[in-house]
Amino acid sequence: MAGDFGTLKKGQFPTILFDPHADPTTQPFWDAAKEDRLVCQQCSDCGTFRMPPSPFCFNCQSRGYQYTELPGTGAIYSFTVVRHPLHPDLIDCCPYVAGTVELDGTQGAGARMLVNIIDVDPDTVKIGDRVEIVFEHVNDEMSTPRFRPISK
Amino acid sequence: MSIKDRAAIVGVGATPYYKRGQSYPETELSMACSAILMALADAGLTIKDLDGFSIYSNSCDPATVGAELGVPEVRWATTTTSGGGGCVGALGVAAAAIDSGMATTVVTLMTLQQLNKRLGGSAVGGMLGYATMSEGSSPYGGSGVSPSAAFTANNGLLSPGHSFAQIAGRHMHLYGTKREHFAEVCISTRDNAIKRPTALRTEPLTLDEYFNARMINDPLCLFDYTMESDGAVAVITTSTERARDLKQPPVLISAANHGGDGRWGPALFKYFQSPDEYFTSSGHRPVAKRMYEAAGMRPSDVDVALLYDHFSPMVIMQLEDYGFCPIGEGGAFVADGNIRYGTGSIPVNTHGGNLSEAYIIGMTHVREAVEQMRGTAVNQVAGAEVALVTGGPAGLPVSGALLRKDV
Repeated sequence: MAGDFGTLKKGQFPTILFDPHADPTTQPFWDAAKEDRLVCQQCSDCGTFRMPPSPFCFNCQSRGYQYTELPGTGAIYSFTVVRHPLHPDLIDCCPYVAGTVELDGTQGAGARMLVNIIDVDPDTVKIGDRVEIVFEHVNDEMSTPRFRPISK
Repeated sequence: MSIKDRAAIVGVGATPYYKRGQSYPETELSMACSAILMALADAGLTIKDLDGFSIYSNSCDPATVGAELGVPEVRWATTTTSGGGGCVGALGVAAAAIDSGMATTVVTLMTLQQLNKRLGGSAVGGMLGYATMSEGSSPYGGSGVSPSAAFTANNGLLSPGHSFAQIAGRHMHLYGTKREHFAEVCISTRDNAIKRPTALRTEPLTLDEYFNARMINDPLCLFDYTMESDGAVAVITTSTERARDLKQPPVLISAANHGGDGRWGPALFKYFQSPDEYFTSSGHRPVAKRMYEAAGMRPSDVDVALLYDHFSPMVIMQLEDYGFCPIGEGGAFVADGNIRYGTGSIPVNTHGGNLSEAYIIGMTHVREAVEQMRGTAVNQVAGAEVALVTGGPAGLPVSGALLRKDV
């Protein structure tokens, strides 16, 4: 894997995992991603959202869940600007912004997404900036979720 | 029931500290054994006395070390889970083993050689392993891809520094903490290292140099990161009663707690799902509360603080979480000179810390605490009777200990 990152685009971390290794619990997320939809696991007993999908609700310990479609928008909760490439072959994508996004339609903590935030100026991006999800369709199985600023 | 003052640190041993990879041809095993033998000798004990291992972050394999050194009988072999956060928590586990009678003489140690590997998975080949590490595995090495790991594999968040930068950034956002505050942590720590013969970085650090250093990942620059080091440090713990008959003045373990908010979990490296209160913290707040209660002490009782400083902003957040200043005011607190050795209200990392002395995953801080309590530290805090030592933040548990002079 190392050394084979394809053609890099500045600000965009390349897909390095091409297979989501999905199980029945996580598969609905990837199925929806193929259709450019963001769905999130939601406890069917107490309504708490959680991300990534998992067996138990951390709020009420229920195993019951459903997938609920979200608007796919949110706000940057925190982020870092990665300027130093951790692999020499990643020089061309640095600097890139990666961070934590709180999703609209959820309670926030517990359902945040950790993502690459693209199409932003690394020198002006800030916490609280509004963003929307965009999926890169890598292959039949993997659609990599990223966020970008909501176009005004 | 409490372990308060029931056990004491009686011996300390350490190899030289090396820059990453330069300990070759020593090995992690050889350095562990050297440190253990030196710690036993320091205490006036021999390998025949050693019967317990209380370790953390998989520092060594007690089976291998026990066989190598000819330990007659191992009666206790435990590790706190996760990584460096469990460091001083392991002292509490040692004290519990001793107080319960299940062991008499316990070693806690770290041995580290970063020749073919680098902590944090930032080396070539380690990156994918880090990004796709499976449920419950260490951030220091991958072991397959779990269905949940796929959610973070392609996001570019690859190293502990990428995680801690997000905590630091949010602290800046909420409380107005500035890079100047991080700089003060780095500069004051460097000042402490200058006089230390053991320190790897001894040239003075100026504010200009700090701001001219390259950014690794905002808001962290080169100097906000710990060094990468090799070496081993071991300490020997036994009952306080027995300690008083040994070679060195005993350093009593008044409290040593590990744990943290349940939702902190592995969040630091993977999911970041803690409520805001914990996300924007060092993760130590619950441990600090229990530690002070267990020891019957308050922050004002602490004379010197050895705070785990893998990333400079986490020192500021630990100062808040351990009650030296209100939450959110850590930046202003350090800017006012409070952590300076010699003049500050609470001297911090008098040994030079991970930032300037060496990074042996927390054990250098324990060594310094013992030297401070013995009155033999290079940068001795006059009249110091109580030392705070911390491990982490990392994944849960994090840990905090209060060590005191036997007076």
